[in-house]
Amino acid sequence: MRISPNFVDKIVKIGLNFQAFFTVGILIAIVAVIFFKGSPYLNLEFIFSSPEDMGRHGGIFSTIIGTIFLVLLSIFIATPLGVGTAIFLTEYTKESWFTKIIRFGVESLAGIPSILYGLFGFIFFVVKLGMGWSLMAGVLTITIMILPTIIRTSEEAVKTVPRNLRIVSYSLSATKWETVTKVVLPSAGPGILTGIMLSVGRAVGETAAVIFTMGSSLRLPTSLMDSGRTMAVHFYILAREGISMEKAYATALVLVLSILFINIIAYYIMNKVTSKYS
Amino acid sequence: MNDHVLRTDKLNLFYGNFHALIDIDFHGFEKSITALIGPSGCGKSTLLKCFNRMNDLIDDVKTTGGIFVNERRIDEIDIIKLRKKVGMVFQRPNPFPFSVYENMVYGLKIHGLSNKKRNEETMERCLKAVGLWDDLGDRLQTSALSLSEEMKQRLCIARLLTVEPEIILLDEPCSALDPIATMRVEELMMDLKKDYTILIVTHNMQQAARVSDYTGFMLLGELVEFGETSQIFTSPKDARTEGYITGRFG
Repeated sequence: MRISPNFVDKIVKIGLNFQAFFTVGILIAIVAVIFFKGSPYLNLEFIFSSPEDMGRHGGIFSTIIGTIFLVLLSIFIATPLGVGTAIFLTEYTKESWFTKIIRFGVESLAGIPSILYGLFGFIFFVVKLGMGWSLMAGVLTITIMILPTIIRTSEEAVKTVPRNLRIVSYSLSATKWETVTKVVLPSAGPGILTGIMLSVGRAVGETAAVIFTMGSSLRLPTSLMDSGRTMAVHFYILAREGISMEKAYATALVLVLSILFINIIAYYIMNKVTSKYS
Repeated sequence: MNDHVLRTDKLNLFYGNFHALIDIDFHGFEKSITALIGPSGCGKSTLLKCFNRMNDLIDDVKTTGGIFVNERRIDEIDIIKLRKKVGMVFQRPNPFPFSVYENMVYGLKIHGLSNKKRNEETMERCLKAVGLWDDLGDRLQTSALSLSEEMKQRLCIARLLTVEPEIILLDEPCSALDPIATMRVEELMMDLKKDYTILIVTHNMQQAARVSDYTGFMLLGELVEFGETSQIFTSPKDARTEGYITGRFG
């Protein structure tokens, strides 16, 4: 007997619904667990005081600062490099073996597990260049780690800018550079921003590569050569070493809330930019 | 003869191995409208784009012979200056995905002429010239993409006028517009003729007959016949021209 197509349709619909709810359900479950376990210990004092006794007492102020420095500095270095590479690949070169090699390199870099970046950063920046465990070594390592994401998303964004916009810009007697900076980049802005946000997420949540290069000092970093600890690393150590699960969950909650906050701001900016132009 | 604002001398153009323009001797006169007509693929757009070197953007294009703007060989003119002097409006309206204001100041910014007072003057003058000022004057911050197709095309013409070209190339500017919008853009062209030299490529023979002073008929890469529009449409000398304008082919 043939199964009726309508029946198949219904089953598929129920199945897909289930999958969608399942995905969202997992997300909600994770956030809920962190929220309920962490919120009793989360207060202003936790955020604004520094950890004491390995994090058993006190707050997480120094790790918040460590996270902000690490992420901001990495993004500031990686964004111009990555966007520049994307512009070079799409606007200033023709497809050739050379661009293919660069693209292949970028693809490969994107697939490398972060701990390998950590290992490289440790050998090269920490030991070979003598930076020691430092914010600087961490920043450079994370920069390399997030570069492929920024390059790939920027390249995709730049490619979606219609060719006729470039042509009309040239016809108005603009040079290539003027066309890139005044037409292509503004039009590709939302796409590039998406790549940056993905990278922020990766950098904020990274542990392995950070422990290897930035170390895990609990003191407030006051220079680029100081070691420091990010929230993600702090959470990992608190939980892994069984120092304090309460503090670990509270840290995780701050981490989740800040990622949520960053995403909301990014969506807000993106909406503002895109609604203005479409 | 300084009347020849645009001229080609034995111009041949190749896309790779394809011979797209064959021995073209063409001239366009100051402050007049010249129309290029002919069936698809005859090379009329290619000829148009020779005058602001837009063909340079395509790989594998070779030309021989001379192209002159104001009797100067265009390969001796700096390409930026050339494109400032010879502006172009495209087949599909192509405003930048920014606000009307940003579209209008783009050319000024590029030429380093952008300052608040001057922007406002230029914008008002150019939007008035294309009949958009009454509609858009008080809402310059709206997105150019939200305008109707006709207004977009007008905006593109206004944007071009801000860089103060002497010659305007129009590449089938009405093909994306409805008949009423087409009529209004044609009126605009007649208006612009007072100040600019206009070269227009069109699929629409009636349009050529309505707006142009001179007409060139092209076929398979050759400029078959060139003359005053009234002559071309009433007593064409070449049998092929007659065949085309009476609708026997094309």
